[in-house]
Amino acid sequence: MTAQELLDTLSSRFGSAILESKLDVNQPWIKIDGNRAREICLFLRNEPSTRFDYLMCLSGVDYNDGTLGVVYHCSSMEHKHKIVLKAICSKDNPHCQSVSAVWGTANWHEREAFDMFGIIFDGHPDLRRILLPDDWEGHPLRKDYKVQEFYRGIRVPY
Amino acid sequence: MDQPKALPTNYVTQPDKIATSKGKTVRTEEMIINMGPQHPSTHGVLRLEIIVDGEIIVDAIPHIGYLHRCFEKHAEHMTNYQQVIPYADRMDYVASMNNDWAFALAIERMMKIEVPERVEYIRVIMAELQRIASHLVALGTYGIDAGAFTPFLYCFRDREEILDLFEMTCGARLLYNYIWVGGVSHDLPQGFIEQAKEFCTYFKPKIKEFNDLLTYNEIFIKRTAHVGVLPRDVAINYACSGPMLRGSGVHWDLRRDDPYSVYHKFEWEVQTGKGEVGTVGDCWDRHIVRVREMEQSVKIIEQALASIPEGNVQSAIPKRIRPEPGDIYVRTETPRGELGFYVISDGSGSFYRVKARGPAFVNLSVLPEISRGAMIADLTLIVGSVDIVLGEVDR
Repeated sequence: MTAQELLDTLSSRFGSAILESKLDVNQPWIKIDGNRAREICLFLRNEPSTRFDYLMCLSGVDYNDGTLGVVYHCSSMEHKHKIVLKAICSKDNPHCQSVSAVWGTANWHEREAFDMFGIIFDGHPDLRRILLPDDWEGHPLRKDYKVQEFYRGIRVPY
Repeated sequence: MDQPKALPTNYVTQPDKIATSKGKTVRTEEMIINMGPQHPSTHGVLRLEIIVDGEIIVDAIPHIGYLHRCFEKHAEHMTNYQQVIPYADRMDYVASMNNDWAFALAIERMMKIEVPERVEYIRVIMAELQRIASHLVALGTYGIDAGAFTPFLYCFRDREEILDLFEMTCGARLLYNYIWVGGVSHDLPQGFIEQAKEFCTYFKPKIKEFNDLLTYNEIFIKRTAHVGVLPRDVAINYACSGPMLRGSGVHWDLRRDDPYSVYHKFEWEVQTGKGEVGTVGDCWDRHIVRVREMEQSVKIIEQALASIPEGNVQSAIPKRIRPEPGDIYVRTETPRGELGFYVISDGSGSFYRVKARGPAFVNLSVLPEISRGAMIADLTLIVGSVDIVLGEVDR
């Protein structure tokens, strides 16, 4: 399935949840509404003609304009096609639906995105920090991150 | 953000909460045990919080991050793309060559740089040698997990030969910084090709020797067959990759299915687990996939050595790398599976954002699924069969 066909399928089915797209680049992407991410991803996974059963990567991004993003790299083992989905949320209220019920692998990736960017994934079964200590302050990969001066009495900046 | 975690109820052998002993009823309780952070079977600083009911694992929760070295943050703060390569080296320190390659490939795809044919061959040779070296570590230490010490020594003896080849090429034995954007740092030294050919001839019979020592050992089979079974659909749902995925019978290898470099020019086969001694997707299947992949790697190396062209080893690239604004996700097959780099460029001379999708990180996340219902003694073997490198899990 080409990216254009995929976009048409998604637009006709989800309408307003498909916000924007760019298909003429090397890796075409479609921007979706983060608050409807789960149903869109579930459809993409289950629909026989798309069958995106393999989530390669899920990354958090700070776009440095007051928004955070979640980028899903999906691929299909059966059809061998790929698509990139992007969801946007604001930095003040960073909420996005969790897709860990769709792809098990998203569980840890979402925890990492929460850890590094503070994106809260609604419906995630176990949203804790994963790489940093539980009592760390702030989310280090945000562009406006300021490192804390002391962590448990140890000086942090070097 | 600590949320209370409900205990899973779907484990395989759920015993009754009330056990009977000599006519009396005894209440049993679940117990939480910490394995690690330095337990020898965890292959690094990994902590497993296991909830057990007697000898049976109800749930295993991996706690990672002890080796977190902020790869992504560092990469954003470097002033140059090339400076990040040594950091990529240190992610999966058992397979540095493959990491370098994946990283360099991401930048090259972004910049649309074509590398000379000779470079592709050198990279394939290095990556496959590294695959053998990495699998030797995995298989050797797996023997130790099962209580067999000798195969470990045999593996490290052979791995030494490969490290000698690497040392000959770039001076380093573990962290190479050899594969650069647009090429490699040096051409192959004199005598490399002969020595590599000698290694292939030397190594082929050693695989059989290793199989006789460990793989088909009856005790080893009894310890690993039917243990830690990872069903095909779970493997795909958790995006497992590498021997972990192929062990579950999925015919999938990025060298063939998402082709890069010159792998299409060589004859080799994707190896999958078939459940020869147990169930498809058990620990033994993952083990045998690694063994057979070494054979295939030798095959690839021999073909590459025989047909390596002459030429330049660095393509003409700008002194300062400045990709166009945009983003790209590039994935390659490392010994552990799919290593992907998601790179965002804003047009400046350094990364806007890079995410490393480590195969060990993703493969480890399936551990709770495959260890539920297993015995504590088997957990050691299940963790070993995942073949994690904590440097890559934590980055």
